[in-house]
Amino acid sequence: MAKYLLLKHYRGAPAPVNNIPMDKWAPEEISAHITFMQDFADRLQETGEFVDAQALAPEGTWVRFDGEGRPPVTDGPFAETKDLIAGWMMIDVDSYERALELAAELSSAPGANGEPIHEWLELRPFMGAPPTITD
Amino acid sequence: MDEGLLRSLSPSVLAILVRRGADFAAAEDAVQDALIEAVRVWPTDPPRDPKGWLVTVAWRRFLDATRSEVSRRRREDLLDEEPAPGPTPGTDDTLALYFLCAHPSLTPSSAVALTLRAVGGLTTRQIAAAYLVPEATMAQRISRAKRTVADVRFDQPGDVATVLRVLYLVFNEGYSGDVDLAVEAIRLTRQVAAAIDTRHIFYGEVAGLLALMLLHHARRDARTAPDGALVPLPEQDRGRWDTTSIAEGVEILQAALARDRLGEFQAQAAIAALHADALTAAETDWVQILEWYDELARLTDSPVVRLNRAVAVGEADGPRAGLAALAALDHSLPRHTAVAAYLHERDGDLAKAARLYIEAARQAPNLAERDHLTRQAARLNARR
Repeated sequence: MAKYLLLKHYRGAPAPVNNIPMDKWAPEEISAHITFMQDFADRLQETGEFVDAQALAPEGTWVRFDGEGRPPVTDGPFAETKDLIAGWMMIDVDSYERALELAAELSSAPGANGEPIHEWLELRPFMGAPPTITD
Repeated sequence: MDEGLLRSLSPSVLAILVRRGADFAAAEDAVQDALIEAVRVWPTDPPRDPKGWLVTVAWRRFLDATRSEVSRRRREDLLDEEPAPGPTPGTDDTLALYFLCAHPSLTPSSAVALTLRAVGGLTTRQIAAAYLVPEATMAQRISRAKRTVADVRFDQPGDVATVLRVLYLVFNEGYSGDVDLAVEAIRLTRQVAAAIDTRHIFYGEVAGLLALMLLHHARRDARTAPDGALVPLPEQDRGRWDTTSIAEGVEILQAALARDRLGEFQAQAAIAALHADALTAAETDWVQILEWYDELARLTDSPVVRLNRAVAVGEADGPRAGLAALAALDHSLPRHTAVAAYLHERDGDLAKAARLYIEAARQAPNLAERDHLTRQAARLNARR
């Protein structure tokens, strides 16, 4: 088994095929999209491949240490930041091919006019623990 | 087996162990063990006296656990102190346990966790699942909380207000995992209401919080559509509201208000009761609701109250008046933009409303609200 992160981006991914923002969809198209996403996660739970799914707010803060006894320095959000993570789904699957298959399925979620969005999702393998048997 | 009944015995069993001289942290662990044992044994071998059974098993667990930690002499002292078997004492220390678990020295998250375990009788695993944290994290949070209150005297009178805040937090967390925290919060608040003296200065607020919970819980099924979308109050199918829960909430509230010690929970419950009273959204008595918001604003300095009051002004005196009330508030308040969008829509400025809904969606603190606000924008964009 290997764990993968399916990353969805607010910014930084190539433009999807069906690139119409959600507020221009019909309300029932929004419902169809949300139902699709829920059904997808439910199916992965049933197959025993689901680990976690979370969404992130679009805006965060940059923080760094500024020396002992001093309050943290904060900055941002920066408009020029090219890459902005919107959320993720973590899966635990048998093969890289299975991970690709699931990512493609997730990317087929319906958007405007009920057509698949073809959104680009980023698939990132987890760095696992070193194997016990090495030879 | 009725797990709720089993767990309702948890605080009095714990209190008996503490009264017998067990320290709170060890006693709490022992009661937890006894509850788990009861779940295993009772279905096939139900006890005649459930509470007595739990006390006996918990006390034995406590002695087993302390055997390795304290001197033999100490253990023998405790054995000497053990009362003869028989009916358990009738004194109720339930309230004292609530005070301890909501002690002001605890952070809100620690107080919530300790309350759910020590008086709620939930397992660490259940609490961890409900708050979506690893079990080891929750176990650590609970044991740290127990260390924090280790030196607090059990028989000191505590602060009812902090207990109510903890229960309010539990109720608002809603539902995730296999434990329904809203139902659990109602059960615990009932327990506090039953334990507290009706002449207590805070009795009205305990009843007010219980009424508030019942009135909101009554609407829960109507609050979400089959696809999980939020259904706002005016659009809810009122036929799906739980009338039994509403009737009980209203009755408790009326009795509380009659005591004439108004507090914020009673005022909030009064607003919920006025909503529950309207057969349709159009029949809502917004003038009276606005009066309660004014009362509430006098009682608390909460920005949420002022924001909700602006909505009520919009309904009672028209959207322009609502927008004027909103303009006086800090624009960075959470949901300020969402309220502005709603009032502009009511005022007929659909373009501005749609733009504000999109902005509000971007600021939304959770996915359900974000989806709801995006849908509002989509609805207006489709109409234009």
